[in-house]
Amino acid sequence: MSGPSTYEPKTGFTRWLDSRLPIVRLGWDSFVDYPTPRNLNYWYTFGGILTVCLMIQIITGIVLAMHYVPHIDYAFASVQRIDRDVNFGWLIRSIHAVGASMFFLAVYMHIFRGMYYGSYKAPREILWILGVVIYLLMMAAAFLGYVLPWGQMSFWGAMVITNLFGALPLIGEPVTQWLWGGFSVGNETLNRFFSLHYLIPFLIAGVVGLHIWALHVPGNNNPTGISVKTKADTLPFHPYYTVKDGFAIVVFLIIFAGFVFYAPEVLGHADNYIEADPLVTPAMIVPEWYLLPFYAILRAVPDKLGGVILMFAAIGVLFILPWLDTSKVRSMRYRPMARWFFGFFVVACLGLGWAGAELPDTMVPGLGALGVDFLLFGRVLTVYYFAYFLVILPLLGFVEKPSPRPASIEESVLNGDKPAKAGAAPAAQPAE
Amino acid sequence: MKTVSRVLAAAAAAMIIATPMAMGAGKYRTPEQHNWSFNGPFGQYDRQAVQRGYQVYQQVCAACHGIKHLSIRHLGMPGGPFEYLEINGERTRFPNPNDNPAVVAIAEDLFPIEDIDDIGDVIERPRRPSDPFPYPYANEAQGRAANGGAYPPDLSVIVKGRHYGANYIRSLLMGYDQEVPEDVDVRPGNYYNPYMPGMLIAMPPVLMDDMVEYADGTPATIEQMANDVTYFLAWAADPHMESRKSMGFMVMGYLFILALLLYASYRKIWSRVKH
Repeated sequence: MSGPSTYEPKTGFTRWLDSRLPIVRLGWDSFVDYPTPRNLNYWYTFGGILTVCLMIQIITGIVLAMHYVPHIDYAFASVQRIDRDVNFGWLIRSIHAVGASMFFLAVYMHIFRGMYYGSYKAPREILWILGVVIYLLMMAAAFLGYVLPWGQMSFWGAMVITNLFGALPLIGEPVTQWLWGGFSVGNETLNRFFSLHYLIPFLIAGVVGLHIWALHVPGNNNPTGISVKTKADTLPFHPYYTVKDGFAIVVFLIIFAGFVFYAPEVLGHADNYIEADPLVTPAMIVPEWYLLPFYAILRAVPDKLGGVILMFAAIGVLFILPWLDTSKVRSMRYRPMARWFFGFFVVACLGLGWAGAELPDTMVPGLGALGVDFLLFGRVLTVYYFAYFLVILPLLGFVEKPSPRPASIEESVLNGDKPAKAGAAPAAQPAE
Repeated sequence: MKTVSRVLAAAAAAMIIATPMAMGAGKYRTPEQHNWSFNGPFGQYDRQAVQRGYQVYQQVCAACHGIKHLSIRHLGMPGGPFEYLEINGERTRFPNPNDNPAVVAIAEDLFPIEDIDDIGDVIERPRRPSDPFPYPYANEAQGRAANGGAYPPDLSVIVKGRHYGANYIRSLLMGYDQEVPEDVDVRPGNYYNPYMPGMLIAMPPVLMDDMVEYADGTPATIEQMANDVTYFLAWAADPHMESRKSMGFMVMGYLFILALLLYASYRKIWSRVKH
């Protein structure tokens, strides 16, 4: 998409088409000849994996929608019918349900990779922001989809999340009723959630198009964070990265299939096999695992509105990450302090997920003697989560001394990924 | 970098494994592990046990608990307990449950079903395999009224709908004869059962030795009946488990071979360039 196109139509038809709709040229420039840094590691395969995830969700979802009935009296039974009577319905629904988890697993890898190698920094800010938009849309789609089977956790999850908007001053109640389409979570809610659940994946597909467009203008970042300087730094996307991504996708599919065929229920919650009952509250209402860190942040604040604001701020802060990180060095491979803080950040996210799954007054195993319950645990980690973005990254740019970096991607490849010899280290260049 | 990837991978795995385990925590006794025939990646249902379990369900449980998401024909579908029958000493497969004599006989033995005839009159006719099982109550209010205010849950997906699944159902059914701790206040209409979350259950102990007479002559002890009915309920909750596992084996094999081929291609293609 950027740079001169190398596509040359060979037949009469492709020449005719190319002067009218250069779609083959677009595909050629984007996925065949596209110059890609030659040093991308396996952490860079999650983009391709995520594309596959999105396609799997859309295809299985379209088939499920043919059999699903969005009505509070029939939704649960229609899901049972899909599992029992629809040809391969059990398989398609299992792929869709497990697929949501796998999608989030991959997107978290993708996000953490972007954070470690500084892929959000100039000139890739828009690319990063589009990614956060996709992540937000994914969370919306996943939440709406989880409501559709109309089990206990569907219903009460919908109740908890929609009630969050009730915390807004003045407009809280009308907004909540507008979301519900009534005075409680009911048939109108289920209908609109189904409609929106069907819509959002196509919005995601649209933003993914923009995301790839925004990727192909500056080109990929890479593990060194050094910009591509010459053609020697790159390889054509095909066959080098089609085969590498292809291998990673199949390995990912093996894990995916392991869940689908041998543990289809392990990522879900047993209560969702009990039909929704507005009169019986489950002992514990928990979101799916991939939303647990945000649930922990929500509960870390004693005030409801404060919790809601903090939870949305946890995602909102990602939008301004490109301007919070003041370091001139992209890759944390050459940032001896940042990489430790980043490691703690990943651990904090996992810990928040753990805190979200437990009752707040349960003692943390191993820390119970110190009086640390999951509420305190979640609070400490919430503080670290925000401190990482708002304090640590802005300050590190000024106090950290980056380690020597190779002069180019080609040099880093020839030196076996080791930084250049001491003394020969080039002066830090802006934004590298 | 290697260390970071290893830490990340381990942490992600720990999170996936820890989440469902953490959710099962509550104030009740952890069910006993049982060696089910359907455990493990190659486990299958013990069809004899599922058949006996259906008998226990029909003669004991069905008075109070429905299985509304199942039709009678499901008993004879592929993977179902009556798919194969002994006809004149020969094991015969019935691909269509509607022609399966055992399933047809089961349907006809159940309560007749209301239907509408050709001139619009409401009639009662014998059940066919395509019909649902009779439901014990006309509505929830009737179910509550008949059971001292508690509504016996539908059992179609009960094994998937409870933490610890089959182990929980089995332990619960066998868990009544435990000594009541002093701090537990058992009110009339409730029974002490340490496996029930909250430890009080409205269902009385229903299983008693020899309360059913098994067609295959198996002695009907409480444990035997609890095992068998749990086999039936496990099958009812996950009737495609056997085809799921056998398909999984093929899919895994295919993906492993594909992964090897792709890895070999990757090595070959990348051997041309320094990286």
